[in-house]
Amino acid sequence: MLLSMLMDMQFAVMGAGIGAGLVAIGAGIGIGQIGGSAMEAMARQPEAFGKIQTAMLVIAALVEVIALFGVVVCFLIYTAGTAAA
Amino acid sequence: MSGEKKNMTKSGAFKICKELIMCGLICLFSMSSLQQAYASDVSEGEGFNPGDMINHHIKDAHGWEITHGVVVPLPIILYSEPDGLMIFSSSNFFNNAHEEVAYKGYLLSHEYISRADGQPVYDFSITKNVLFIFIDASIMLLIFFAVARGYKKNAGKAPKGIQSLFEPVIIYIRDEVVKPSIGDNYQKYLPYLLTLFFFIWFGNLLGLIPGAANMTGNIAVTAVLALGTFFITNFSGKKAYWSHIFWTPGVPWWLRPIILPVELIGVLTKPVSLMVRLFVSITAGHIVVLSLVSLTFIFHSWMVGFGSTVIVTLITIIELLVATIQAYVFTMFTSLYIGMAVEEHH
Repeated sequence: MLLSMLMDMQFAVMGAGIGAGLVAIGAGIGIGQIGGSAMEAMARQPEAFGKIQTAMLVIAALVEVIALFGVVVCFLIYTAGTAAA
Repeated sequence: MSGEKKNMTKSGAFKICKELIMCGLICLFSMSSLQQAYASDVSEGEGFNPGDMINHHIKDAHGWEITHGVVVPLPIILYSEPDGLMIFSSSNFFNNAHEEVAYKGYLLSHEYISRADGQPVYDFSITKNVLFIFIDASIMLLIFFAVARGYKKNAGKAPKGIQSLFEPVIIYIRDEVVKPSIGDNYQKYLPYLLTLFFFIWFGNLLGLIPGAANMTGNIAVTAVLALGTFFITNFSGKKAYWSHIFWTPGVPWWLRPIILPVELIGVLTKPVSLMVRLFVSITAGHIVVLSLVSLTFIFHSWMVGFGSTVIVTLITIIELLVATIQAYVFTMFTSLYIGMAVEEHH
């Protein structure tokens, strides 16, 4: 019974969805912290607005890539799951 | 007495855990059967498969399919022991009804060319991605020869036309990215880093055009770009760089057997992280856009189509930003690694 559950690729598709959600939570926390700190820094030093914004966008892009890892892995699981089903 | 109580609460907690797990399993199995019923229902009619559609769009191909059914054939270049070098058009692999047919003993199936007799074939074809590398390179040649002509003609005067469009970008990369991270000897590496930035940037932007290839989202392309970084970093490594790897300063002797492999792996992880970052960010951007587009066909509804069009527009605007930022990040990290390698001492 357990084996048949493990072999069922539809659960893999479900797991892909749950994983995407977890990755989105992580990336959301990361980007939120970056954005919050950048806002604070801009409020303290409005003259450094441009520099802070550039740095913020770059770091946000680095965090976003982690979220996109989740997208790619979920897509791979999804295609494998639908091909097996 | 208290021990007994503890035991009881423990067994109680265990019981609750067991019940929860059982409930979960029952839920899962009932869902599984439900899903299977649903799946068998769908498979009766030829359903729309978003996975296949997306895979078809993000992968390399032997022909350039601009829209559905409009395919530009590309040259196939093959080498195999019995036949030697062979060059022919990829349209030979399809008959008039767009069915896969064998040509001179070769068969193209799922973008993989094989011989009917099973002997190895080396495929050097101009695929869709290779074509887009050529297009990217020729756009760069056109633009930057024009920019260079502008500098010759307007020497000492204000920049004009396309020259004034690209001058701020070039100056930005030089002054904000390359100079601070490499230091005094930056001019030796500036041409490569500018080429790298514009190649990735134009490649990313080309990939966003509907019908175009996902060129910078191909792991082979990003691997070659990362190899460039790897070779330049290690060949321009000074004494301080290598001594930092093989004889890390300020480390106790018993830690050296651990630090040395870590530092050696670190040499490899730098280009690998560059490769994977660019590949993932561009490919995943395409996957997200195409998934949102396929929502329309999954739900068969014009209202969903309207909604997904709005979201896809917004995502595409973000993708324009990502295209620039990823090119910037790749250039910045490459110049940081080169800067670490050429640093004399700290």
